[in-house]
Amino acid sequence: MSNSKPEKGIWKIIGASSLGTLIEWYDFYIFGSLATVIASQFFPQTNPTAALLSTLATFAAGFIVRPFGALVFGRLGDLVGRKYTFLLTLILMGGSTFAIGLVPSYESIGFAAPVIILVLRLIQGLALGGEYGGAATYVAEHAPPHRRGFFTSWIQTTATLGLFVSLGVILLVRHGLDSDVNRSIEKFNEWGWRIPFLVSILLVGVSIYIRLKMNESPLFAKLKSEGKVSSNPLKESFAHKTNLKMVLLALFGATMGQGVVWYTGQFYAQSFIETVCKVDFEQSRTILIWAILFATPFFVVFGSWSDKVGRKWIMMGGMLLAIIFYRPIYQQFLTETNTSAYQTKQLAAESDALVLAETINGKEITTTTVVKTFTDGSSYTEKTIQRAGENNSTVLQLDKKLTTGVYWKFVFLVFIQVIFVTMVYGPIAAFLVEMFPTKIRYTSMSLPYHIGNGVFGGLTPFIALLLTTINTDDKLVGLSYPIAISLVCLVIGVLYVSNKTNTDVHE
Amino acid sequence: MINLLKKWLGWVWMLLGPLSIYYLAKTAAAEIARHPVTDTKIQWAVFILVALPIAAGLVIFGWYAWKEEYNK
Repeated sequence: MSNSKPEKGIWKIIGASSLGTLIEWYDFYIFGSLATVIASQFFPQTNPTAALLSTLATFAAGFIVRPFGALVFGRLGDLVGRKYTFLLTLILMGGSTFAIGLVPSYESIGFAAPVIILVLRLIQGLALGGEYGGAATYVAEHAPPHRRGFFTSWIQTTATLGLFVSLGVILLVRHGLDSDVNRSIEKFNEWGWRIPFLVSILLVGVSIYIRLKMNESPLFAKLKSEGKVSSNPLKESFAHKTNLKMVLLALFGATMGQGVVWYTGQFYAQSFIETVCKVDFEQSRTILIWAILFATPFFVVFGSWSDKVGRKWIMMGGMLLAIIFYRPIYQQFLTETNTSAYQTKQLAAESDALVLAETINGKEITTTTVVKTFTDGSSYTEKTIQRAGENNSTVLQLDKKLTTGVYWKFVFLVFIQVIFVTMVYGPIAAFLVEMFPTKIRYTSMSLPYHIGNGVFGGLTPFIALLLTTINTDDKLVGLSYPIAISLVCLVIGVLYVSNKTNTDVHE
Repeated sequence: MINLLKKWLGWVWMLLGPLSIYYLAKTAAAEIARHPVTDTKIQWAVFILVALPIAAGLVIFGWYAWKEEYNK
């Protein structure tokens, strides 16, 4: 496998595997990115049952169904083969995503709408749980041992690129439905949100066609021809001490920390900039888009480097840097968006005050909204809320628009966090593949990966938010969760994980 | 020396499993009491349901560390 001809062939394998995996991530993320619009279309808060289904769709898909999908499809992949299993996950993901775009709203068909959406979202979670392990295993089993980190790192770019494409498609469609921006957004919220879901079928169609032309993994095919395929992959993976101890090590010494670093650097960063720093909707998203674009090549850089120096220390280095730099980075976000510092700036314009008086729960509330624009190009919307009979009013500064300089500083700070992501995530596919034998590899690596990412990583926004409600004085308290999890994972990883590379994965 | 540290840290991992479940259950009870709606209950039920096998896994990991399985 080390001569140039087979290496040429591997690019086809990487291309076909990565495209499908990227599409699956795209499909999974557009639901999350459009959660607010979907909630208004299918899960009206006025209906308690629909609201309940919404909670289930949010939590169950990521936390329960993803690891469950890892078990179901992992087992299938070790029994019938990698190729047909990750073809099936692609069909399930593409089909359910397309179907979400077709489901009539709650207004049209009533209670059936949220039920159908919930079922389709659960299928998405199930399919995602089966996809990654298949793609990573498939590429790794084709790759020459001395370049396994490099070749599998292309698969590692797909999760971040899937997020990038989903954000890009949503922004494009949101602005492309009408020449008037406000009208375009209105159309997007009415029906345009369906387009990113419907588009998926074309991408999936192409990917299925490509994957159908691919051959089975040579290692699995050999195993099958020799009759050495596992008869019970679940039992062999989790009931035998030799393998179970490696599954646990993979989870607590690698994927757990990797999951929280991944989610903090990409999801929590964007959410913090938008909801805590109150930066404008579009700026908070384009900051992430630029950061991802600049940092993505580093998945390949670190994956390739791991072939030379080993997987362990690059991943542990990423976790250590995250632990050290998270608080200083997020402190910068707060400092730069602190509007009390705006007092020294020169006001360029102030809009006419928009006064809205309303009665809520029998209490009269007056909201005054003013948009302040400064000479350096920054601006924010100031809302003053005055409750009748109270002397003090509440003043909120929202929709902050950053100056060009601060905007690019934020891009750099998010970019640094995505670099940590590339360090922990770039080499991890090769690391996981090398831990387990061929006959139970798909099952054994999928479960720790999806618990690490789906559960530990997926919990990041909720735990962070929860911590901020417990300790309201410290706006950075939400970071305690990823820092603590990374720290435990770092200790376990440094002490218990070995730094082997070039391991023979043919057994 | 490192092997000894790996072995004795096994106890830390074994204790961390039940401690994290205790902390999670305590927080869940407090949060449900603060917002006694079905949404909160479902959300925390899912968290605990998922955390239980993970905590059990951490205990087993600690046990293997104590038994020097990772020193071999």
